[in-house]
Amino acid sequence: MSRFDFDIAVVGSGPAGLAAAALAASKGASVVLLDEQAEPGGQIYRAVTETPVRDRKVLGPDYWHGAELLGPLRDSGAAHWPGTIVWSVARPREDAPDGHRPIQIGLSRNGSAAMLTVRHVILATGALERPFPIPGWTLPGVLGAGAAQVLLKTSGLVPSGATVMAGSGPLLWLLAWQYLQAGARIDAILDTTPKENWRAALPLLPGFLRSPYLGKGMKLMLEVRRKLTVIGNVTALRAEGAIGGDSALKSVVYTRNGTEHRLPADTLLLHHGVIPNLNLANATGCAQRWDEQQRCWRPTTDEWGATSVEGVSLAGDGAGIGGARAAEEAGRLAALDALHRLGRIGREQRDKAAAPHRAALDRALTGRAFLDTLYTPAEAFRAPADDTIVCRCEEITAGAVREAVRLGCSGPNQAKSFLRCGMGPCQGRLCGPTVTEVIAAERGVSPAEVGYYRLRPPVKPITLAELAALPKTDADIDAVFKH
Amino acid sequence: MFRRLPEIETALNAAGQTVSFTIDGRPASARAGDSVTAALLANGVTACRTTAVSGAARGPYCMMGVCYDCLVTIDGTGNRQGCQVRVAPGMAVETQNGKREVER
Repeated sequence: MSRFDFDIAVVGSGPAGLAAAALAASKGASVVLLDEQAEPGGQIYRAVTETPVRDRKVLGPDYWHGAELLGPLRDSGAAHWPGTIVWSVARPREDAPDGHRPIQIGLSRNGSAAMLTVRHVILATGALERPFPIPGWTLPGVLGAGAAQVLLKTSGLVPSGATVMAGSGPLLWLLAWQYLQAGARIDAILDTTPKENWRAALPLLPGFLRSPYLGKGMKLMLEVRRKLTVIGNVTALRAEGAIGGDSALKSVVYTRNGTEHRLPADTLLLHHGVIPNLNLANATGCAQRWDEQQRCWRPTTDEWGATSVEGVSLAGDGAGIGGARAAEEAGRLAALDALHRLGRIGREQRDKAAAPHRAALDRALTGRAFLDTLYTPAEAFRAPADDTIVCRCEEITAGAVREAVRLGCSGPNQAKSFLRCGMGPCQGRLCGPTVTEVIAAERGVSPAEVGYYRLRPPVKPITLAELAALPKTDADIDAVFKH
Repeated sequence: MFRRLPEIETALNAAGQTVSFTIDGRPASARAGDSVTAALLANGVTACRTTAVSGAARGPYCMMGVCYDCLVTIDGTGNRQGCQVRVAPGMAVETQNGKREVER
């Protein structure tokens, strides 16, 4: 009997994971696709099999493209395990007899933990919204724009009452456009795109003019600008509850041309772009680097998505933001390379099969530098004022982080010991980038020098009962019993 | 505050695709397939807990399982991520106060 459960495990069923699993399995590898959600699609194609929003014009054609990735997955024979939380990926030290070092995956399904042994793993963990710390962002009624889009896709829910959207980046405009199609109310869009960004972005404009996103993007942005109130050059924001109360959002205060204005709001949707969801790669030990253009940490990968850890590849936005179409092609490239590493296809066969996908990937990434540069959030939002909570779990403010730096704290890992920031249940996902930026600015050095949280499994909290349900040998039990 | 798009609400009711559950003991109804968090929002509940640190009110923020702000007690088990669990018939959802308690 094989000591491997599968040749390849793919973690995450967004565009990268769906494409990777389908391609690898169609070439004869045994593949399992592990995903947290109940249905495939990731966040970008969330609920594409079951959304109650049946009017196709509301979510738009780019969303419905996701459904085209499901047929190839079904036909490929890959196993699909939805509702599965992966909390650990590790490569044990001893060598397998056939030369392949096995990868062990810790997962949790239906309330019990299990270990899976595979030859290769492709992490397709996607993106999450960049933290957008402003005073009051922890108030009920303040959500990410991506969160609001999930509510629309999965449940057909739209904001009611006074609604303000704020920030910058393509998703903000897309969601506003989708709300327009759905007939939802939006009172104002507060555009935080810094004026100065245009100067840096303009030289990159020729590249963007060849982008496949240009036409669609301009069309929906113009429609939104024509039909909604868009307030530009917003340089500061805060969310406020009722006077003396903090139980729910009541108004949004924004600064424009040095003057404060107040808007009543029941819902505030924030967005400053997306960044790689790198917790699992980081905890697996994959090297990562600071990307100045995207202003985020990204795991280091080669042109096939291979990381610094043998047998572990990354595909899609989890390796750096490129969008859904780029993710799909990157997934196929990672799958071809995995097949090659497992000896299923030769180098030439891999390279030949990769050529069209590499060309499509390059096309999908055309113009990305312009978007990254134009939509880089202003420093005031990346390293916010002292009174702003940066760590939502432990309720640590930017001021407390700065004070810790003055006391000698030099990086995010020390900040944990000083303050507990990054040590709550979200494990730094919502504060890590901000803590890095605050410490770097305070020390006057690059974020690259400051570093990022060193993460450890389990990357998602699991209960003791789930862990205790792991299969045990007599020797395991013997090892912990007192004789 | 969130509301269901009217054409979807109408279709749900016509097809009987609704689920009855409770929020802090009060009867509530949602769409079959809603996450617990979506079901709470559809019923006008924007704050689902108070924090363990300062006791401040919190509601869902990310809707994709990374922020852990949507924690609620589901059928007696505390600290469940409401956005990652589907609402089920007869489910008892309770908002949380502060830290998770022993045996909850």
